[in-house]
Amino acid sequence: MILQSIWFFLWGLLWAVFFITDGFDFGVGTLYPFLGKTDRDKRVMINSLGPLWDGNEVWLITAGGVTFAAFPLVYATMFSSLYTALMLILFALILRGVSFEFRGKVDSPAWRMLWDTCIFIGSVLPAILFGVAFANIFAGLPLDENHLFQGNLLTLLNPYGLLGGVLFLCLFLVHGALWLTMRADGDLRQRAEKTANLVWPVLLVVAVAFLLLGTKTTQLYHNYLAHPALFLVILATVAGLLGIKVFLVKQAYCKAWFSSALTIAGATFYGVIGLFPNLLPSSIDAEYSLTAFNASSSPLTLKIMLMVVLLFIPVVLVYQIWTYGLFTGKVTQEDLDLDEAY
Amino acid sequence: MDPVFLSRLQFTATTMFHFLFVPLTLGLSVLVAYMEIRYARTGDEAYLRMTKFWGKLFLINFAVGVVTGITLEFQFGTNWSQYSAYVGDIFGSLLAIEASVAFFLESTLIGIWIFGWKKLSRKAHAVVMCLVAAGSNISAMWILIANSWMQHPVGFVFNNGRAELNDFTAVIFNKFAILQFLHVVPAAFALSAFFVMGISAYHLYKKQHIDLFTRSFKIALVFGLIASIWVVVEGDRHAVHVTETQPTKLAAMEAHWETQTRAPIALLTIPDEKHERNLVEIGKIPGALSFLGYHDINAQVKGLKDFPKKDRPPVLITFLAFRIMIGIGMLMPLLTLIGLFIKNRLVENRWYLILMMIAIPLPYIAIQAGWILAEVGRQPWIVYGLMRTADAASPVSAVQVISSMVAFILVYGLLGGVGYYLIGKNAAKGPEPAQAV
Repeated sequence: MILQSIWFFLWGLLWAVFFITDGFDFGVGTLYPFLGKTDRDKRVMINSLGPLWDGNEVWLITAGGVTFAAFPLVYATMFSSLYTALMLILFALILRGVSFEFRGKVDSPAWRMLWDTCIFIGSVLPAILFGVAFANIFAGLPLDENHLFQGNLLTLLNPYGLLGGVLFLCLFLVHGALWLTMRADGDLRQRAEKTANLVWPVLLVVAVAFLLLGTKTTQLYHNYLAHPALFLVILATVAGLLGIKVFLVKQAYCKAWFSSALTIAGATFYGVIGLFPNLLPSSIDAEYSLTAFNASSSPLTLKIMLMVVLLFIPVVLVYQIWTYGLFTGKVTQEDLDLDEAY
Repeated sequence: MDPVFLSRLQFTATTMFHFLFVPLTLGLSVLVAYMEIRYARTGDEAYLRMTKFWGKLFLINFAVGVVTGITLEFQFGTNWSQYSAYVGDIFGSLLAIEASVAFFLESTLIGIWIFGWKKLSRKAHAVVMCLVAAGSNISAMWILIANSWMQHPVGFVFNNGRAELNDFTAVIFNKFAILQFLHVVPAAFALSAFFVMGISAYHLYKKQHIDLFTRSFKIALVFGLIASIWVVVEGDRHAVHVTETQPTKLAAMEAHWETQTRAPIALLTIPDEKHERNLVEIGKIPGALSFLGYHDINAQVKGLKDFPKKDRPPVLITFLAFRIMIGIGMLMPLLTLIGLFIKNRLVENRWYLILMMIAIPLPYIAIQAGWILAEVGRQPWIVYGLMRTADAASPVSAVQVISSMVAFILVYGLLGGVGYYLIGKNAAKGPEPAQAV
């Protein structure tokens, strides 16, 4: 029981870290055609992600891998049920990744435009679709007694699912814009700041709507009502959300970015805590839900995996934080002149 | 159409495409790391230019390899959910370990390597490349441990209607995995060596940047010679173990129908799968198959006819894959040995340079054939002897799989075309004048 519960929250944590790290990549990629007025702007934008996006994306691989290892039945059901949505995400991520590398390799406007388009689509699509997917998981999927998904892509595009998509998009837009306020200079930095200020109220409204609609369409609040102390998580999320604005006004961009990171983590855990112990609640009958207890791996596998994760994830964090430390400053002309730069 | 068949087709296409790029990553990372260490130690600018030139080709290849790898991890869930649910307890954990132990390392550090030329000292920057090479190869190790569990499942019990782990060390020290790793890694190294030699040969043929490409050629030559001999030696050991663990694969790879002692290998064979015989068998070498499988020319080799039809792999594909792999595998040490004798007169031996340019695709063909042999030869099992491929698929519709497959073909076609165009273009352009670092 304890082991399975630990894994449940580790599962949530890995997704949260993925959304925090790759989230600003998605945000910057989505803002890319709008904020990148000149080719130099565009290069600053992608080079601000350059050294980091690949390592960020591995959090997705790890979240997926851990789902497979700790909750095989969830992995099997989740990804076969969300087949088309997941395939779209994969294609988007594939195109985004190679576009960074390919874009600067041929000196032709048409060539760059092709990969610019791919960067945009490859960023905006996952941002929205992850939101749609997770909102649907929060609300429950139509799973029958054999854990078979009784729906299709359109089933997922319900109001609550779509609102989840918009919520994630807004979260990542703010997150990405704040990233640019730290790493870009001059006009581009100003435009990024303006964008963050512009999207923030939208994010606030969407977040409140999402929380309210959740009372009707999901069972998430059961856990909160049973343990009112848990409302602190929602409070922390709201504090993060307000913190973004406060620090933006003070022009403390780094703090604003961390507030945004807190908001993303809070939004993920808002759902994860509400779901517990369900990983994939069934909207047909609660009996058919996949939970941390009926869908987990054997205790031996959970134990071994826990040791692996406790041993290696801190190591990963050390070298990733080191990497972030190396590349926190403004993207300079010297960085752009590098042979290998994007 | 049958969704299982479509899912197999999609998995084949995506895996083979991914595996076009992975072997070069495994070997070229080691070669570039070696060049950069030489630069860090000696300060010789020529090594820096080599590092940058081969590094650029490495990065283009790496980008396509990385992004196409994501698909594979998720396809077990999207298309093989029955499999995932049945063996995830073991198989899933190996993939998760791969991500946290190795994939993080290579993906994070590659960013530092690309963008950190001016932020790190020369030595630290070279160490970063070494870690990228280590990460890539450790990643390959975990993937091969996972694959080997499908080839030869060990360390599990049946419990709760699925396969559950009961001996973790048995899984990671699976003999099949060790032998497969020791065979696949040198194969990837040899492929990378031929890549470097072939492109160097092109520039030597055109008599440009002679010093840089002679050095590159010689480094790759030593690497390639060791790797291509190593791959044959390990291939032989691997074959004996396959015989023991997967007798149907051995029988299929030589289209061996009748059980017999002193089983031969014929130089020319045309299998006739439908009538369970070979149309043509010319140039039989008695005892050769017995020797291949048991290291004993008198050993009895069980023929395909003694296995139920439903347990046999497709014979023709397995047979051809084996022949192609072996044929090219024998040619490669020969080509590197010739190079060894004329290594100081490369520019004069223009025929050899042409030969080595033509040889670039050969190891690619061989390594793909080897992979086909391993995977098709395992059929009809997804986990040998444990679970049939037909029982492993997801309850998704044919339409869904066809749509995703068409999209894969289009997107991967674009990636492959652009990737190789850029590699070719940059390879032909030659090295840049050195930037001060």
